[in-house]
Amino acid sequence: MIGDGLYTLDFARIGTADHARVGGKCASLGQMTQAGVAVPPGFAVTTDAYAAMLAHHGLAAEIERHLAGVNPDDLDSVDRAAQAIRIRIRGHRLPEAVEAAIRAGYAAMGDDLAVAVRSSATAEDMPDASFAGQQDTYLWVKGADQVVERVRDCWASLYTTRAVAYREKNRIRHVDVLMSVGVQKMVNARAAGVAMTLDPVTGDRTKIVIDASWGLGEMVVSGVVTPDNFTVEKVLEEIIARRISDKHVELVGDITLGTTVEREVEAPRRQSPCLSDAEVIAVARLAKRLERQNRCPQDVEWAIDADLPPGENLLALQARPETIWSQKKKADAPKTYATGVMGIVSTLNAALPVRR
Amino acid sequence: MDAKRPLFPSAFDVKPPKGAEDWQDLYPYYTRFQPSRRAEDDRKFWFCNSQHWPTALRPFDVIFLDFAIKCLGQYNSRHLLVPPANGIDYRILNGFVYFSPVAVAPDDIGPRVPQFMDRAGHYFMNWNDLLANWKTKVMSMIDQMNAISFTHLPDVVPVEWVKGGVGLDNTNALFEAYDKLIELSYKTWQYHFEFLNLGYAAYLDFFSFVKSQFPTIPDQAIAKMVQGVDSELFRPDDEVKKLARLAVELRVDDALMTGTVDQALAAVGARPNGNTWLAAWKAAQDPWFNFTSGNGFYSTDRYWIDHLDIPLGYLRDYIPRVKAGEVIERPTARLLAERDRITEEYRDMMDAEAQAVFDSKLGLSRTVFPYVEDHNFYIEHWALGVFWRKMRELSRLLQGAGFWPDEDGMFYLSRNEVRDVLWDYAASWAIGTRNVGSAVWPAEVERRRKLVDTLSAQPPLPALNDPPEVITEPFTIMLWGITSDAIQRWTGAVDDSGGLKGMAAAPGTVEGIARVLRSPDQLGELQKGEILVTPVTAPSWAPVFGKIAAAVTDIGGMMSHAAIVCREYGLPAVTGTGNATAKIKTGMRLRVDGNTGTVTILD
Repeated sequence: MIGDGLYTLDFARIGTADHARVGGKCASLGQMTQAGVAVPPGFAVTTDAYAAMLAHHGLAAEIERHLAGVNPDDLDSVDRAAQAIRIRIRGHRLPEAVEAAIRAGYAAMGDDLAVAVRSSATAEDMPDASFAGQQDTYLWVKGADQVVERVRDCWASLYTTRAVAYREKNRIRHVDVLMSVGVQKMVNARAAGVAMTLDPVTGDRTKIVIDASWGLGEMVVSGVVTPDNFTVEKVLEEIIARRISDKHVELVGDITLGTTVEREVEAPRRQSPCLSDAEVIAVARLAKRLERQNRCPQDVEWAIDADLPPGENLLALQARPETIWSQKKKADAPKTYATGVMGIVSTLNAALPVRR
Repeated sequence: MDAKRPLFPSAFDVKPPKGAEDWQDLYPYYTRFQPSRRAEDDRKFWFCNSQHWPTALRPFDVIFLDFAIKCLGQYNSRHLLVPPANGIDYRILNGFVYFSPVAVAPDDIGPRVPQFMDRAGHYFMNWNDLLANWKTKVMSMIDQMNAISFTHLPDVVPVEWVKGGVGLDNTNALFEAYDKLIELSYKTWQYHFEFLNLGYAAYLDFFSFVKSQFPTIPDQAIAKMVQGVDSELFRPDDEVKKLARLAVELRVDDALMTGTVDQALAAVGARPNGNTWLAAWKAAQDPWFNFTSGNGFYSTDRYWIDHLDIPLGYLRDYIPRVKAGEVIERPTARLLAERDRITEEYRDMMDAEAQAVFDSKLGLSRTVFPYVEDHNFYIEHWALGVFWRKMRELSRLLQGAGFWPDEDGMFYLSRNEVRDVLWDYAASWAIGTRNVGSAVWPAEVERRRKLVDTLSAQPPLPALNDPPEVITEPFTIMLWGITSDAIQRWTGAVDDSGGLKGMAAAPGTVEGIARVLRSPDQLGELQKGEILVTPVTAPSWAPVFGKIAAAVTDIGGMMSHAAIVCREYGLPAVTGTGNATAKIKTGMRLRVDGNTGTVTILD
């Protein structure tokens, strides 16, 4: 068991009632963990921890002071205020109880384990998914001191210029927005990427489209490499299209440097598929399972961990609802269907010429 | 496309193979392209139906081409009034069969709708009752055909007939038996199509609806939602599997493994439990060994019940697998669960309104589809098997009367010429002379045999003239897969880079070694794990599907036999490639992608 329950909460213990205080990302990791989906273990640093930080140092009042004179249309003034707030947040120690909880949670995960520290925004701050990527993610963090520091950095990332400007514009009270942070075992990704449970180009829900590349998935998400692209028929679970690309770089963990490094992919591997057919199907099944669980099309980040045995090495890193097609109003398909013999008549009369 | 020059040649410009220039008189005038009708026939698009008639026809075998196509047409155009489609016109060119669907004139379509609704609606609403009645009718055909026998004319008319004042002789029975057999098979063919067109129409309606919901859904996924798992077509194979298991249980299996059929059965009989097994073997034969290794359309078809070496061969394949602890039975529960899963998952992706329509169309399709699969056993396998057995009996009888030297000589005559031979036989018997035929037919049969062999050796052109803008005949699409894509492939316009395109008929991808088989007689050559490459498969090939890794055929659509069985066995299949057996040689390494319908030659 990782986490004290108040300031930190093991993914395996995140209940529905906790969703508001662990943010979207951790809530989803919690749901997946409890549904038996393989997820790298970890814990959420709850919004209570962040709130305790603000309260302990009287930061809320300070933040409001900084922002009081800001003109939302003057980006320079927003920028200045935002930077000052970030410095103030970073300049304070964490309350003792909060820091102790994070250190205990980290120690429970293993000895000096490399972890990813990611912001997990709460609902008020996540009106659309495109905003979710705004806050910080730190990969390959090692040692309790580093973890604590990165958690604080994530909190500070709540006050990036864009985030502040956004809230100003939408009249969201800054200090009402709280943040949770996820601390999760780092995946030693042999390959990773994204799976969508619909075709992002056409919105076709009978397809699962997978982008995959060597190393960590950040290269795929950021668009630095052209990933391999697989289309899987969702119901039959068969690969129906594959496009293997030249994947020139990969992001991998470097144990000696204690960080992630971008490195050139050697020649023969660049142009070989980064997933076997069986792995493609496994990724598709994972995405399909998450779509079923969450009852709507999903956008899933996943990785294949080189340190785990085949069959257990596919991990879900994140699942969130697909936003673009789901928000689009369903194209007005003809709603009048002929049934019975009349249906057969119209099929015989009309459908055939169309099919040619 | 060049507007002036048609995509495919005119029938009138196609040359017969060398040595078969005189093929025309093998077939009736109405089956041939007549120069006096050239303009009319050149305007039509004709495709070669090598799926049902893969080799050149022997003259007698025109009988089932005539019956099948006439009876298919009558239901579209005269019984049900299928609004846009009449029958299929047919011709024979160089021994091969060409089809041309006949569309209804646009102005005539509307008026046919109410009639179709009334007539077809009645069938759909009373499907199960009418089908029960159908089975009774077909069984009566089979019983009546079984009751027919042909016997030599006796030296003298029975004395009881003379004294009883009958006033007739034995030739009446001979003529009647022949005419009756033909009449019964003709009726059987009408029954064959009584439900079939409707079955396909309902399926097509479901198919089109699902396609409208999911434009990219693979055809095979739609087929899987409808296909049954307990079709009677699988029963013969299931029976052989049961017999294999029983043989192992009763410890008579080793006795079955060697020798001829008679030797093997005698060896089993000598065992303590032998008679129990022999009784089961006997019981399975009626009706399940009424099963052809062809498709029932040819006088050359070999039926299991007449060639027990065929099921015994399969038995010898299964017994070692049973002993090795393998489960050879079809996993019907799993197949059913898979069918339900697929159906449910697609259904889940529809909105509520579409789901209701889906349910209703699926319901109808599932009601009618068992017929589409099962009729084949009753008609082609069972009824037509009896027909051919009786006709072979007659051919042997006439062989005995000196008309031809070989027992299959009769099949080189048309059915009407056979009627003449019967007259010749009867008249010469009555007159007390030697029949004329014995001086005519041996040489003529030989000449025709050579012609048919020569015609068979030259692969037919896939089509003639220009394809139409639209094809409206449901069979053309469902059964033969005649789509614009297929037509494109035939022209050779698509892909000639070591790859073949066909129908993505059953999902999955596999690599393996090719085994090219042109006839069922070669089935024994097939090794476990090979990829079967063949012009066309038949239901009685079912046992080989337990051995192969994938199937590739020249001919056939989504509902062709190979497609159905491969989906059943979970094997990838690519059908309708056009020329796989010509391009692929046994031993080549192939990649068969049943998801995209491509076959790649890897070396």
